[in-house]
Amino acid sequence: MNQTLVSYLSQYEFFDVLLSLFGKNEGLLAFTIYLVFAGIIVGLCATIGGLGTYAERKISADIQQRIGPNRVGPYGILQFLADGVKMITKEDIMPFTADKFLFYLAPMLALIGVFSTLAVLPWSNGFIMADLNVGIFYLIAISSLVGVSVFLGGYASNSKWSMLGGLRGASQIISYEIPVTISILSITLLAGGMSFGTILGQQEGAPVHWFLFHNPFAFIAFFVYFVGALAETNRAPFDLPEAESELVSGYHTEYTGMRFGFFALAEYIEVFVVCGVGSALFLGGGNLPFSTTFDIIPLQLVQVVIFMTKTLLLYYVVIWVRWTFPRLRVDQLMSICWKYLTPIAIFNLVGNAVWVVVFHGKSIAELLSGGH
Amino acid sequence: MIPAQFDGLMPIVILMGIAILLFVGGHFLSVVLSPKKPSHLKQTPYECGEQPVGSAWSAFNVRFYVVGLIFIIFDVESVLMFPVAAIFRELNDMGEGAYALIIFLSFISVLLEGIAYCWKKGDLDWVKSFQVSVKNNK
Repeated sequence: MNQTLVSYLSQYEFFDVLLSLFGKNEGLLAFTIYLVFAGIIVGLCATIGGLGTYAERKISADIQQRIGPNRVGPYGILQFLADGVKMITKEDIMPFTADKFLFYLAPMLALIGVFSTLAVLPWSNGFIMADLNVGIFYLIAISSLVGVSVFLGGYASNSKWSMLGGLRGASQIISYEIPVTISILSITLLAGGMSFGTILGQQEGAPVHWFLFHNPFAFIAFFVYFVGALAETNRAPFDLPEAESELVSGYHTEYTGMRFGFFALAEYIEVFVVCGVGSALFLGGGNLPFSTTFDIIPLQLVQVVIFMTKTLLLYYVVIWVRWTFPRLRVDQLMSICWKYLTPIAIFNLVGNAVWVVVFHGKSIAELLSGGH
Repeated sequence: MIPAQFDGLMPIVILMGIAILLFVGGHFLSVVLSPKKPSHLKQTPYECGEQPVGSAWSAFNVRFYVVGLIFIIFDVESVLMFPVAAIFRELNDMGEGAYALIIFLSFISVLLEGIAYCWKKGDLDWVKSFQVSVKNNK
């Protein structure tokens, strides 16, 4: 059965108090809890996305020995709010040749695709909005909407730069989905389930129990996943769809004002989501470094902090990579995906399957500490 | 307890609703606050300041189509592998591990055969047509 946020909270006493406040209407109470929690998550992620643009500029400034934004607020930290206000007050321009309906639809699809992935993102053992039994599968499926929106945005603009960017983006995103999916498949195989609850439950305790250190194949799978995730979110060195020195701005060349803002927001939240998935699948997510059956809300909040720390560290690496590696060519991009990452990912999958059969699913740490 | 039909589905629908509301709300704000002075030149598609030549909706490289086809094959195969992967440990614990592994490996070998075929055919090379023309000139 699916564990959800409401079914998790219902084990506490205050849930009954809330229930009586809502006149025993369970559906209404569930709706309210989800709405409040979704509001918190979306607010948090929008702030992280906004701060992501700030961090990106500040870190790039650090790496290039500049100062970066430092005018709005202390150390320029409110820069993203100023940018947001500027985007809202910008004139909305749509090319007269554009496909109007699709032009409006594209940023909305990007937002829907990214926001729906937040439903299964595991903030802690208990704070998962919906721990679907097909969790990671659902996440792969629904995040493909972003790829659709990239192509639609490029196509609907009816501008040559946008079209080129959209085509490149679509082919890149769908190509790199294969190594990412197969890497996730090997973790599914190790965990014996697709829900985040199962995957996190297998990684409880010290870092040696993380799937990253489960066996050598899982270790490689993490790096395949990370490289693929960089490409799927159009991050440098795979930022060909929006390569500013080649394609002006790629698929969102014709997007101005708020619609461009939504594309940017969706992109930065997506980076956060893939980092979160990476930390949940390979780095133990929000698991405490010791095993405990004791479960109270403050402990869950500690887990949220641990999860956020791992995720934001990955986020930092993503930004760091951007200012370290030069952009690839299109043919290099395709050959890296199909000739290197995909065979390596399949090799990892086979290795993991053999490992599970030979060592009965035990990790290296369990074998060393004297299993069989 | 909460009725089963609300399990899992409700938060997803709520998050999608929030996405749509955010989009519509942001649009509304932008319509209220932003200036509107449209002109023909402003609304021409950007082509480095030149008058755009023709439409962007024209023929494009067939490479993208081939990549799409290969993607669909691999994606469907990985979708088919997900249920097997999810119960693989269970099968192993039941003592059917070797049998499951053989079936799993034979399925993956079909996938590998597919990628080897594409590789041999040169469909994984982005600049295949260029290389062919160079060979012919020699």
